[in-house]
Amino acid sequence: MDLGPHAGFIWISYAVVAVTVAGLIVWLLADGWKQRADLEALERRGVKRRSSNK
Amino acid sequence: MTGVWALLHRDLRLAVREGGAIGTALGFFLIVVSLMPLGLGPDLNLLARIAAGVLWIALLLAALLSLNRIFEADYEDGTLDVLATGPLPLELVSAIKALAHWITTGIPLAILAPVLGILLNLDLNAYPVLVGTTLVGTPAVSFLGAVGAALTMKTRRGGLLLALIVLPLYVPTLIFGISAVSASAGPSGAGSSFLILAAVSLVTMVLGPVAAAAALRIQIQ
Amino acid sequence: MQTLTQRLANPTRFMELSARLLPWFVAASAILLVYGLYLSFFDSPPDYQQGETVRIMYIHVPCAWLSMMIYGLIALSSFGLLVFRHPLADVSAKAAAPLGAAFTFLALVTGSLWGKPMWGTYWVWDARLTSVLLLFFLYLGLIALRSALEDEGAAAKLTAVLALVGVTLLPIIKFSVNWWNTLHQPSTDFGATVDPSMRLPLLVMALAFTLMFFAMHLKAMRNEILRRRAKALRTQIIMGRDRLAAQGAAE
Repeated sequence: MDLGPHAGFIWISYAVVAVTVAGLIVWLLADGWKQRADLEALERRGVKRRSSNK
Repeated sequence: MTGVWALLHRDLRLAVREGGAIGTALGFFLIVVSLMPLGLGPDLNLLARIAAGVLWIALLLAALLSLNRIFEADYEDGTLDVLATGPLPLELVSAIKALAHWITTGIPLAILAPVLGILLNLDLNAYPVLVGTTLVGTPAVSFLGAVGAALTMKTRRGGLLLALIVLPLYVPTLIFGISAVSASAGPSGAGSSFLILAAVSLVTMVLGPVAAAAALRIQIQ
Repeated sequence: MQTLTQRLANPTRFMELSARLLPWFVAASAILLVYGLYLSFFDSPPDYQQGETVRIMYIHVPCAWLSMMIYGLIALSSFGLLVFRHPLADVSAKAAAPLGAAFTFLALVTGSLWGKPMWGTYWVWDARLTSVLLLFFLYLGLIALRSALEDEGAAAKLTAVLALVGVTLLPIIKFSVNWWNTLHQPSTDFGATVDPSMRLPLLVMALAFTLMFFAMHLKAMRNEILRRRAKALRTQIIMGRDRLAAQGAAE
């Protein structure tokens, strides 16, 4: 695909966006796992949330 | 009304007694302006072209130095709690404190500006306009700064955080203040920039105290 | 008859609802993203003046649009916190701020890379880029203020005040930047008129990015809710321990 004389700029732009978006997604997923793990560890220590006894 | 005057009088007296703060701000203003030619070269033509901008930016930075003390002293000794529960609405208290800051810091800086203009070879025609714009624009600096001071009151390194928060908000004042001074040396005159500058200052004088009071209420809960 | 925001006010209910919605947002944005990329590269013409580099517009404009929309969302959430005391308003604002900063940063980078082939420099102080830069500073201020305050409740409300101050002054800031720009250089308004053949890719990409942001925002809100739950549990443990210690001391 010939993107003209400034092809480099086009590729770099899309790459920066892709990398940043990927980074955000990874951060969100990893943070989610960490929070779930923290909560499970706390619940295993015997602390119950008030609303969890239904 | 007597409450208003009493508070204003008290703040002015405290600021005068504490003299050092005003002196420091003026000294900072002088030094920053002096650094500009040292950094950019002594070419008088270049300096004349950038004089208005340099003066305004240095003035903003100097004013920022003294802003975080607007509420801090009163917060530390409990006066702020008394003021919050007193007869004056907190919005009015914030407005009075911002006004006191303008009188004790903004006006001296505005008066020093044309003197420093000599160092930068500012165009002679621009002098009256410079005084006018700095006098009209510095209320915005004090009133917006008061909002920043109220938001950052209890934080460590509050001064730097205050600057980070408040500097983008100063952009309209900066742009129209400089535009008015630069335009005065040219054909179109300073009229419209000046009026917009005044309008921006008025808006901040009305809305600033509302935001500052909201922030103060949250801080002293 | 509850409104949507009222129904979502319960964090548990929100977690249930967002868990069901999230996959749909992810799928929709992924599909649209693929379609949009196809359109951007294979189904749209090079620009008469800019040549192929106009294709950068298809990611720059969505990022710029998001940077503004997210700030509006933060302002709306801040209003919801301060005026209606909506329980999830702060979660929404806190989750959106770093995302908004990221997309604003991307708008600046793509704008810079778009401009270099056209104007020869990586940065131009034109009205649009300068406004985006100032918006970036506003985001930084929000993030900095929140992280400087230890009391989370106060941090939430003070950040909300700052967001509302920012959104109020934003039109004045944009107006002043436009004024400043016309004073100093002729209008370098690139992409002012978008050729019809370019409108579809642009729209699809903008929609794809928006849906992607909503997916990210929901996920970030879910993470924040979990974090607050864990914090509440830890506080419970500490208080329980203190109570036992006090009882022990009293005996």
